[in-house]
Amino acid sequence: MSLRDFFIYLFIMAGVTYLIRVLPFVIFKGKITNRFVKSFLFYVPYAVLGAMTFPAILFSTGNYVASVAGLITACVLAFREKSLLTVAIFACISALAVNLIYMAV
Amino acid sequence: MTEIKKGLKDGIPIALGYISVSFTFGLQSVHSGLSWWEAVMISLTNLTSAGQFAGLDILVRGGGFWIEMACAQIIINLRYALMSLSLSQKADKSVRGIHRWLIGFGITDEIFAVAMGNSKDVSKKYLYGLIFLPIVGWTTGTLLGALAGQVLPTVVRDSLCIAIYGMFLAIIIPPAKKNSAILKVIVISVLLSCAFKWLPLLNQVSSGFVIIICTVIASVVGAIFFPIKEGEEE
Repeated sequence: MSLRDFFIYLFIMAGVTYLIRVLPFVIFKGKITNRFVKSFLFYVPYAVLGAMTFPAILFSTGNYVASVAGLITACVLAFREKSLLTVAIFACISALAVNLIYMAV
Repeated sequence: MTEIKKGLKDGIPIALGYISVSFTFGLQSVHSGLSWWEAVMISLTNLTSAGQFAGLDILVRGGGFWIEMACAQIIINLRYALMSLSLSQKADKSVRGIHRWLIGFGITDEIFAVAMGNSKDVSKKYLYGLIFLPIVGWTTGTLLGALAGQVLPTVVRDSLCIAIYGMFLAIIIPPAKKNSAILKVIVISVLLSCAFKWLPLLNQVSSGFVIIICTVIASVVGAIFFPIKEGEEE
């Protein structure tokens, strides 16, 4: 990718993200009352993260078995409400362990 | 304790968490072919996790997907609009004029959550203090990840790429456990996303749009069939 393309993307990403954050903060003083809009916005973060995680997580480590091991570890720890960092680290360790076993055999 | 010190102190745990998440962003950026300074610039100017990871997918395909990039960022970061709206009610009268334009940059999920956790309204000094260390942490972590990506063995690097998804799961699973509507919305979004990966024709749609479509459909279904009760948001 050319340097020019990179800076156009950077400008779009940073600009859009900034405006989304700052405009409501600067403009609106009142509260959202529309129940549909409130509900929609309430569900957006969960839907985004769900779609971003699946099925991409299966391809994340270059080996399905290692990815599934990491996925299961992450689900179990997340279900037990461990911290973000704990869940992430143990998912990596599981995936790494399986990847190392594959390298050894 | 002065307002600014209190803000800085409240920002420490956020900054520590950010170092680790942005480490994987730096790692993945270099892995995808960006140089270390490009990864650092993205983190410094965007200060967001999901938006940057989705943006990276689009960016590495090369130039031309401008609209897709803009739409993906709007949908993925739409939640910030709601947060900054809520925060605008919580900011005291010292947060005005240019300060709104500056502080608005630093509204992330975690900074928002901590700011809203204060019992009283928050001042501009507190907010500047709160935002400062997380920005430093987010940028530094990206740099460390990008540099580590160039020296770590491939097997370790590949294994670390699952970290961000582990974090996403840690964010969505606990609330899904307690609220079946959230669980249903997540399941709908995941099934759609899998359909776009594996079904013919649908798998031609590019990644940024897939996330937008899945998010909008799942959230609209949620809003129609499981509207939130008053006071349930946040």
